[in-house]
This record gives sequence, structure tokens and C-alpha cells, in this order.
Amino acid sequence: MQRFILQRLLQGIVLLVLVTSIVFFVGRLTGNPVDLMLPEDATEEERQDMIERLNLDGTVMEQFQVFVTDALQGDLGTSIRYRQPVTEIFFSRLPNTLAMIPPAMILAMAMAIPLGILSALRRGGWLDRISGTIAVLGIATPNFWLGIVLIYLFSVSLGWLPSGRMGGIAHYILPTITLGTFLVAGFMRLIRSSMLEALDTEFVKLARIKGLSEFVVVWKHCLRNALIPVLSLWGVFMGGLVTGAIVTETVFAWPGIGRLTYEAVIFRDFPLLQSVIIMDAILILFINLLVDILYAYVDPRIRF
Amino acid sequence: MSQQPALEVRDLHTHFFLRRGVVKAVDGVSFTLEQGEVLGIVGESGCGKSLTALSILRLIPEASARTVKGEILLNGEDLLQKDPAAMREVRGRQVAMILQDPQTSLNPVFTIGNQLHEAIARQGESSAKTVKERAIEVLRRVKLAAPEERTIQYPHQLSGGMKQRVVGAISISCAPDVLIADEPTTALDVTIQLQYLKLLKELQESSGMAMLFITHDFGVVAKICDRVAVMYAGRIVEMGPVREIFDNPAHPYTQALIGSVPKMVSTSERLSTIEGQPPSLSDLPNGCRFAERCALADDRCRSEYPKVYDISASHTASCWKATPG
Amino acid sequence: MRRLPLISLGIIFTMVLMAVFAPWLAPYSPTDQSLPNKLLPPFWEERGTVKYLLGTDIFGRDVLSRLIYGARVSLIVTGIALGVGGGIGLVLGIVSGYVGGKLDSLLMRFVDAAFAFPTILFALLLAVTMGQGMVTLTIALSLFLWAGFARVIRGEVLALKQREFVALAKVHGCSPVRIMATHILPNVLNTFMVLLTLNVGVIIVGEASLSFLGAGVPPPTPSWGLMVAEGRGKIASAWWLTLIPGIAITLVVLAFNLFGDWLRDRLDPKLRQL
Repeated sequence: MQRFILQRLLQGIVLLVLVTSIVFFVGRLTGNPVDLMLPEDATEEERQDMIERLNLDGTVMEQFQVFVTDALQGDLGTSIRYRQPVTEIFFSRLPNTLAMIPPAMILAMAMAIPLGILSALRRGGWLDRISGTIAVLGIATPNFWLGIVLIYLFSVSLGWLPSGRMGGIAHYILPTITLGTFLVAGFMRLIRSSMLEALDTEFVKLARIKGLSEFVVVWKHCLRNALIPVLSLWGVFMGGLVTGAIVTETVFAWPGIGRLTYEAVIFRDFPLLQSVIIMDAILILFINLLVDILYAYVDPRIRF
Repeated sequence: MSQQPALEVRDLHTHFFLRRGVVKAVDGVSFTLEQGEVLGIVGESGCGKSLTALSILRLIPEASARTVKGEILLNGEDLLQKDPAAMREVRGRQVAMILQDPQTSLNPVFTIGNQLHEAIARQGESSAKTVKERAIEVLRRVKLAAPEERTIQYPHQLSGGMKQRVVGAISISCAPDVLIADEPTTALDVTIQLQYLKLLKELQESSGMAMLFITHDFGVVAKICDRVAVMYAGRIVEMGPVREIFDNPAHPYTQALIGSVPKMVSTSERLSTIEGQPPSLSDLPNGCRFAERCALADDRCRSEYPKVYDISASHTASCWKATPG
Repeated sequence: MRRLPLISLGIIFTMVLMAVFAPWLAPYSPTDQSLPNKLLPPFWEERGTVKYLLGTDIFGRDVLSRLIYGARVSLIVTGIALGVGGGIGLVLGIVSGYVGGKLDSLLMRFVDAAFAFPTILFALLLAVTMGQGMVTLTIALSLFLWAGFARVIRGEVLALKQREFVALAKVHGCSPVRIMATHILPNVLNTFMVLLTLNVGVIIVGEASLSFLGAGVPPPTPSWGLMVAEGRGKIASAWWLTLIPGIAITLVVLAFNLFGDWLRDRLDPKLRQL
């Protein structure tokens, strides 16, 4: 098991290095990185400063060295708009995003797991067809549009819920639904197909031969096995989560790192965007590692 | 008092209902399994033997298949008349089954002990301690070394042969009246196959349970079965005591099957095979289904399905060319 | 799902029509402003008029015209992105699968990395560094696709490699490039087609999302995603500005997905796990 964890950790680090390199090189692509790093009204002095600091006169490798050394010391640049170190801004906004994720995940799971299981059990039945339709609709409907429509319905027309920003429980409802539905479709399809696979296995046949009740067969034998692929595809879901968070937070003016990303784009704040991406990579790496540990624990074939 | 047979299958028909048509996988199968005897069902892949076994347990894939006709009498009661709850009572108590592939028969995420206890607990044992003791006991009966250690291990930590012994243990733990073994040695290493067959024979003899042994290998039949039924394209074409069938196979298919068992006697003997393929089960001919591949077939064979001839008191065959006596 | 999905095809056809014949179908130019006529609702509402069937936006631009031209923008961008991204994925998949070995492992590492990390972030990065524009957008959208295509095509190639006609070609002395081009490629085209149709939806939503975030099609060129973004501020008073383009996106993506499913069932059911 240790080997497995180590392997995953290594993969994550490679990913991080890859992301950082790409971000770095894209930044140097345009040939005029100074313009990217500084606000438009920067003085000549400030420009010279920047060129020196980032060693922009040196070779690409030298610049990369400076970049990495800075990064390892926690310095990823200064935001043009906020004029603060980007890491500071990132960490101040991070808790807000982290607050929204668990409710969205729980909502997504609460819908996806029962629907996925029941669709598999009653394959071809009306529930299966309806769930399938919901899944297809969920994928087709643009996330940001759904959020806006929800705001229109429940906030503007009915006035039941606030239209954005963080606050009390009422403020969580619409963003959670928006982000959650983004995830449900994918989850549900996955659970359905892995349940179908599990139902078809020889050991389920043997469980039935043993005379176990259908309840035990499904909930004990099938489900445990069906959930394992869900865990192993977690990495892909993480990516989806980040994407979903960017759009959802933008629509609901939620002060998290998703909205921060949006601001970085709108205001062309390159240092901010650059660091958000790298920090996102670290965050994803970290959470994936946690999930991998969970996965190694849950699947006995890895544990022993 | 005459003993009633442990299992009696009468005119069983199980069909697959697919988009491309109806596949008559089991098309009128009848046989009797007496108490304490081992009946083999032998035939090539696709002849319907596994499906017959699943039909007995009523575990055919519901979405596409259905038993459309017949009676399955277990200790006199027709299983096909039972509702799902009653049928579940029969499984794992009166009937048990060993599946072919030990690598996939056990659930990879639960320990051997867990899966064994599950089966034992169904027999009405109340205390966890008794269940555990019984588990160790039955693992010893299947000659699994170091049973205490095995119970806390996971399936992937055991070899194929060990896993198949565990599956065997699960089946006999309920002391079934009938044990169905569906090609239990096919997926095992050749070196272990004989050991396992011996084990099954011992278990069967010591418990007195009846066994239905499904295989494609006539050599295996010779080692373990008392009687054998030869199946082809959904029907039984010959049935009788093993000794008799070997000495005097009446149906050309049986003859070919026996002939194709490699005998390490003469080194220059060519491996004889049966030419051709069985007919498609969704498009069966009216006549004898083996006619296409049979050297003796004539027009009557091709147009009329042969009736069942009595070759001797206990030996029957469905062939126009079968000579009684 | 055996019958032809007529409704889906109808929607797709309508969109293509709109895109191709935009200059003739649209009553106005999509960028024509008419401030006195701003924020008119669709014709069936009280203040609406048949002059502007679906209403006008904050600059008095006709929503219907922008919708029609938006179809053209979406289709062009999507088509190019699919071609570029899909094409790269196809080539990489074939080469990686056929050549195998270290190259394959390396390439698949990249693919795994691409799956693990949200590509949209790179798309945003490109928009900021290279400036918002059609070229940037196309490159960004291609990024969404290459990894998925590469992985699936590679799988197909791995299976194909084992088949006899490949061995035969080798025996006849065909060079690897020739084998890949003339033997492998035609056999993966079915899969490629299915992948293309199934991914149209992904790209359309991707473009819409990027445009919504201000990293896609530059204004004043109309894009459905951009229209939703522009209408967002006025959602309370002018619901049609966001609702209508959003419905268009949903319908078109739905249609392509259903059509893609049907195509996959017809051409290659074993791709069902896609």
C-alpha cells in the first residue's frame, strides 16, 4: 500500500511541475512579460525593477530558476489589481470556496447514488429513463445559465432567496444546487454503469446461489464494489469541481477562489491568474492524495 | 419404501428472447438424479448444460431469458411453482452450486471468513462463535491448510485451487441434498484438477448428497460420475451408466466425444476432432441436430427428430441409427 | 434507440441553416445598434413588436439576429476546435498506440495529467496572455479535446494492432508510417466520428462558458455565451436576454448528444462505455 501512495504522490508532483512549467512558459510566450506583470500605469523605474527581479534579461532557464525559487519561498507575485501578494489573497478567499464544496458534494451524492443504483436495478424501467434524461439534460445545460435562471426564478421573481454573496444558510441554497447539479449527471452515470457491472459478476451470482436476500446482494455485495470505480475517477471529478466553482462563484458573486479566477481574467491580472492556477494544482494534488489514501484503504487488493 | 429421486427434471425448456430472435438454449431436457448418485452432464460449450443448471436454481438472466415450460422436482416439490421468497429458501439450503471460475466467484472486497460466515449463518446458527467454529470445521473438510489464517484473508491472497476449495466449503456448509458443480475444474491448473475431483468425490460419498456434475470433458466424467447424460444443441441425446456409455456409446456424437479424449497409448495417433459446428440455437433444424456433422446421417435423420431408443434397461439414446442391445 | 432521432437532427439542421445562411436569415446586422429601441421584449409581450421578434438588448441590437449570427460563430469555432483538437488527438492516439513502448508511456502520462487538471484554467490563461480573440479561443478549446480523443483512439489502435491484416502489412514490408496511415487510420474513423459528435456539446458549452467569463469571443461579435453574460445584469427587467440564448445552447447540445448516442449505437456499440 505504501508503494501505491508513493506512486500517486510522485504522479502528483510531476503534474505540479508540469503545470508550473506550462504556466511559466505561457507567460513568457508573448515576448513581453513585463507588460503582463505590471499595471498599465507602471513607471519606467518599476519596469526596470521587475526586469531585474525576474531576471527577464537572462536566459529562459535562468528566469525559470528565479521563478521556481520564488515559488518555493511562497512568493508567486503581486496582484496587479489588489496590489497584494497573490498567495495572501488566495488563502483569504479559499475558505469561502471550501465552505461551498461539501454541501454541493453531499447534494450531488445524495441524488446520484440512489438514482444510479435504482436505475441499474430497474434497468430500462421508467426511473432509468427519467434519470437518463435528467443526466443528459444536466450535461447539456450550461452551468452558468442554470445559475442565472435559478436566480431569476427564486430570487427575482419569487423573492424567496438572496441572489448572491455569502451569508446565512439561505445564501448557500442556490449556489449549492447549481454546483451540485453540475456534478450529479456525471456521478449518476458512473454509479449506474458500475452497479450494472457489479450485478453481472460471478460473485453476485454466487451470493444469490447462497440464498441471500436480494437486499443483501445489492447493498452488501454490489454496492461496495460499485463505489470503488467512483473513487478511482475522483481526480476527474476534482477537475470538474474546480471548473464548476469558477462559474458558480461568478454567477453568485461568491467571494471564493473561483470568483477570484474570474476577476483575474476580467481585469487581465496575470500574476493573480498565474498563482491561482498553481495554487489550484497544489490543492488538487492534495485532495487527490487524500482520496487515493481512502481508495487504498477501501480496496483490499491494494491494502495487502 | 422406494426412494424418490433427489432431483427430477421433466421436459425443461429455457429460452433466450433476444432482438434477433428466440434462442432455444434448453429445448426439452429431462433427467433424474437419484439420491446419493453423481450424474454428469457433458457436452461442448453452448449446448445448454450450464443454463440447465441455472434453470434449476432459477437464476437465469431475467432480462433476456425465461423458463417457458417444464417441471423441476426437488424432493418431490416443483421448484418452478415456487414464489421468489420460497425459492430463496431452497437455495443455499437444499441446493448448492460450485461455479466455474474461482477467480471471480468470490467477492474481492470481503474476507474469506466473511463470505463463509454469511452462508453458515443462514443455517440458523445464532452465536458468532459457533458460526466461526463451523467455518473452520468446513474448511478443514475441504482440506484447506491453515484455515484460521485463511478466514481473515482476502480472495486475491489465495491461489485458484485454494479459492475453489473455499467455494466448495461454502456449498457443503449447508449440507445440501443436491450439489451442482458447473465445470469446477476447468479453470484450475491441470496438476490440481485431479486433487479437486478426488475431494469432490470424497465429500459426496461421505455426505451422501446427490451431485450434478457439468463438464465438457469425458475424461473427467469417467473419474467421478456414476451416470452421464450427453447434451447437444439444447437436448439430451444419450444417457446411461458411465461404464456402459464408455463401452457401448450408441449416439454418433457420444462416440466422437469419447474418441476425442486423448489417450496416451499410441504415439502416432492423430488427435481426432469433430468437424463442423453445432446448429444455431435460434434456427434449429427439424431433424436430428447432429445430422450435419454425422457420418451416418441419411435423409430421415435430417428431416425427423429421432425418438428415444432403449439401448438397455438404463441406457437411452436419441438416434435413428442406434442399435438396441 | 434504433430509429433516427428526428427531433435532434431537426435541431442540428436548423442550427446549421442559421449558421450558413445568417446574412440572409437575420433581419438586422448583429452589431447594429439602435438606442431608441433598446430593451424591447419579444413580440408576444406587451411592449414588444414584430420588428424585433425576440426583442433587443441594452444597445438596441436585435436579439434574433444576434442569435442567428451566434450560431455561425459557435459552429465555426466548434468546427475548427474539433478539427484541430480532435485531429491532434487522433494522430497522437494512433502513433502512441501503434508505436508503443516508452513513447506511449510518456504520452499517456501527459494524457493522465490533462485529465487530472481542469483545462479551462489554461484556456483562461491563454486569453489573458494572448489577448481575447478567435485564434486564442480556438486553441483553448482544442485543449479540451486532445486528451480524450488520444486516449480512446489509442485503445482502439491497441486492439487493431493485433489483427492479422496489420501483421500481413508488416510482412509485406510496409513502413510503420504507411501502416498507420493506410491500415490503422481507416479503421478508427468510425470511432473518431462518434467522438466528434459526442464532443460537439462539450465544445459548445466550453465556448459559451469561456465567452461568459470574458475569455472567449470578443465583443461585439455575438456568441450565445456572451449574450448570456451581457444579459445577466438586466435579468430582472429583461429576462429574454439571458433566457433565450441559454435555451438555444441547451437545445443544441442536447440534440448533438442524442445524435451522438444514436450514431455510436449504430456504428460501434462497444464504445458504450464512453
